[in-house]
Amino acid sequence: MNELVFFINNVVISGTVTGSIYAMGAIGVTLVFSIMRFAHFAHADMMTLGAFMVLLLTTLFPNVGAVVGLPSALLLLPIAMALTAGAAVGIDRAFYKPLRAHDVKPIVMVIASLGVTLMLQGLIRLFAGTSSQSLYIAERKDIFRFELPFDLATRNIVVTEPQIILFVFVIVAVVSLHLFLSRSRLGKAMRAMSDNPDLARASGINTNTIVAVTWIIAGSLAAAAGTLLSLDVAFKPDLSFFLLLPIFAAAIVGGVGHPYGAIAGGFVVGFAETLAVFNWAVLLRPFRDSLPEWLDLPSNLALVGTEYKIVVPFFILVAILVWRPTGIFKGKVI
Amino acid sequence: MTRKLPIRELVLFAGLLVAVLAVYGLMGAAYSTRMLVEAACYAILALGLTIQWGYAGQFNAGVMGFVALGGFCAMLFSVPTNPAFWNTELPGELGRVLLYLVAAIALVYGATKLDRLGIPKRLRTFIAIVLAVVLYMAVIGAMREVTDEIESRAGFIGGLGLPTWVGWIFGGALAGGIGYFIGRICLGLRSDYLAIATLGIAEIIKAFLKNSDWLTRGTATVSPLPWPTPGPGELGFVLARAIYLSITAVVIAAIFFLLYRAYYAPWGRMIRAIRDNEISAAAMGKDINRRRLEIFVLGCILMGIGGAALTSFNSIFDPQGYLPLNHTFLVLVMVILGGPGNNLGTIFGAVLVYIIWIMSEPLALSVMHAVTALGEGWFGWEVGGNLDSRALQARVFVIGLLISLVLRYAPKGLIPEKVPQYD
Repeated sequence: MNELVFFINNVVISGTVTGSIYAMGAIGVTLVFSIMRFAHFAHADMMTLGAFMVLLLTTLFPNVGAVVGLPSALLLLPIAMALTAGAAVGIDRAFYKPLRAHDVKPIVMVIASLGVTLMLQGLIRLFAGTSSQSLYIAERKDIFRFELPFDLATRNIVVTEPQIILFVFVIVAVVSLHLFLSRSRLGKAMRAMSDNPDLARASGINTNTIVAVTWIIAGSLAAAAGTLLSLDVAFKPDLSFFLLLPIFAAAIVGGVGHPYGAIAGGFVVGFAETLAVFNWAVLLRPFRDSLPEWLDLPSNLALVGTEYKIVVPFFILVAILVWRPTGIFKGKVI
Repeated sequence: MTRKLPIRELVLFAGLLVAVLAVYGLMGAAYSTRMLVEAACYAILALGLTIQWGYAGQFNAGVMGFVALGGFCAMLFSVPTNPAFWNTELPGELGRVLLYLVAAIALVYGATKLDRLGIPKRLRTFIAIVLAVVLYMAVIGAMREVTDEIESRAGFIGGLGLPTWVGWIFGGALAGGIGYFIGRICLGLRSDYLAIATLGIAEIIKAFLKNSDWLTRGTATVSPLPWPTPGPGELGFVLARAIYLSITAVVIAAIFFLLYRAYYAPWGRMIRAIRDNEISAAAMGKDINRRRLEIFVLGCILMGIGGAALTSFNSIFDPQGYLPLNHTFLVLVMVILGGPGNNLGTIFGAVLVYIIWIMSEPLALSVMHAVTALGEGWFGWEVGGNLDSRALQARVFVIGLLISLVLRYAPKGLIPEKVPQYD
């Protein structure tokens, strides 16, 4: 039973955590893709930017959280989300809009977003340095242990406070995004624009508003994802290229331009990563005695080592591009 | 076609010459020659990117990976052999595992063809996947044993002790091979996917080289790498570097000449036709994906050669020294600032941007020190540690800003591509 608990701790929980982070990033990427038709490479740095703003605010007010019993970083997250959303709209006005007005090819927009990536990276590292910092400044991270009601299970299932916050946040974010896209006027206009931009414009939809709303959603989700990731581990300024590939893989797996697909894709990539680095020998160990003689169990049965984790999203990306370039949910943009 | 005097080019290159001479005057001959050699290696990389981006409109965001592959080949072929490895039974063991690998690939490939024997396609896919996973685990397990043994007994497998130029050629070939694999998958799809995939493969190549201690010594780095020319120990820094510079100059001249011929040949016209209007090119019966693949692989080969030349010159193979900023985005700036699709402009951009890049390091440090001194004097700021490493991050910002500004205000670069007009 302890092996099962180990499996739950190392695969189910950590896969859900990674999957949620990737899903939130991939929603933003896929929305930008479907409205503006380019791959937004600066998205991972928007996540870092959001987390960095939370870090700044938490350093300024380290004790707000104690008032309501939540981590200060979480309480300050909405402010950081608003700031990042504003920054995203500002970046769009300053760097992407002039290029859109010149009607450049999508790949030029990709290069422009790489320029924005470098600018954000440079600024964040200039102010935050390159070392990792914890977002828990005045408090300590709570760790919950659940005992299983079996005699054989002596170990506990371990969940930390930021992980629970993350699960709750993701559910709330996904439900509200769904309601926004399916019920509200703006959400419907967004879907119309992603289906057919010319028709949407002709039927009187203000494309500038739609673009701004897209950036607000993408920016605030990115800020939340970055902050929750940093709460769980630590704030690392140079994570971006390692986050970017899984997020793009998730968006493409789910079908580009498909927000629900992006959520599914995020979890697919997240679980694939954790399953690939999990050492399967641990699960087989209880059956060691019943295995045939000639089959001796190696000590390490992980598919890839942790240092090659980035291979997994790449492999998924390649596989999906080879077999089903539209993604599992038939994306709109190929 | 009337030939005008190319005033713009002459002025720009004269300015560049003045800048180079100024660096010589300020920093001394040895330092400046080193800078020129590195700029020349970067020019090879930039030529590789300019044919991908300028000729064909493909954006490769993983130049770093191909540079690292070239550097790895330069290291593997030129470093002296390691007797602690070759005089044992370890090479045989390694060869056995590699044979297993080949056999496993052949088996899996065979399994994907099982439907020819009348097995249903779903069952075939299932068999192929299961077989691939099992064989993969078996080969990886065997590989781990051998590589651990190599690491503990011999350190790493060492080089092959061949002349350096062999490594450069194989570096180009290996980079081209990986480029072929990426291009086959991505070039038929949206142009963004190529950028994503190359970004990923670059990080994977770096991770592989960094963690394969048996092959590359990983973070322990391999040095010194031999030069194709007499080293500084025999001739002194300036002369040795000048000879190296002349070799890279010959390589650039050869590449430049071949590209010039190709650009004005029917092949070049076809490539530009595909870039400018895919649909009409396809309607004229051009095989778009095949041409795209050709040009992508060609660019990757040049990047491999350039990376090999750069790594040989630095005389140290350090997988962690390959950074996206230094080896991808710097090259990108060189190309888009100099003039994508214009080889002369690309070389101009490479030298200019590299001079700015090298000179910006002392500049950033002095600006940062001045600012903190002012801050302390006027506002009493507390200055944190690791200031110098932070100051260098300002360069990241500047490169990003440069990319954005060039795209906005000079999308054709300083020396734009000249499209010949036939009246």
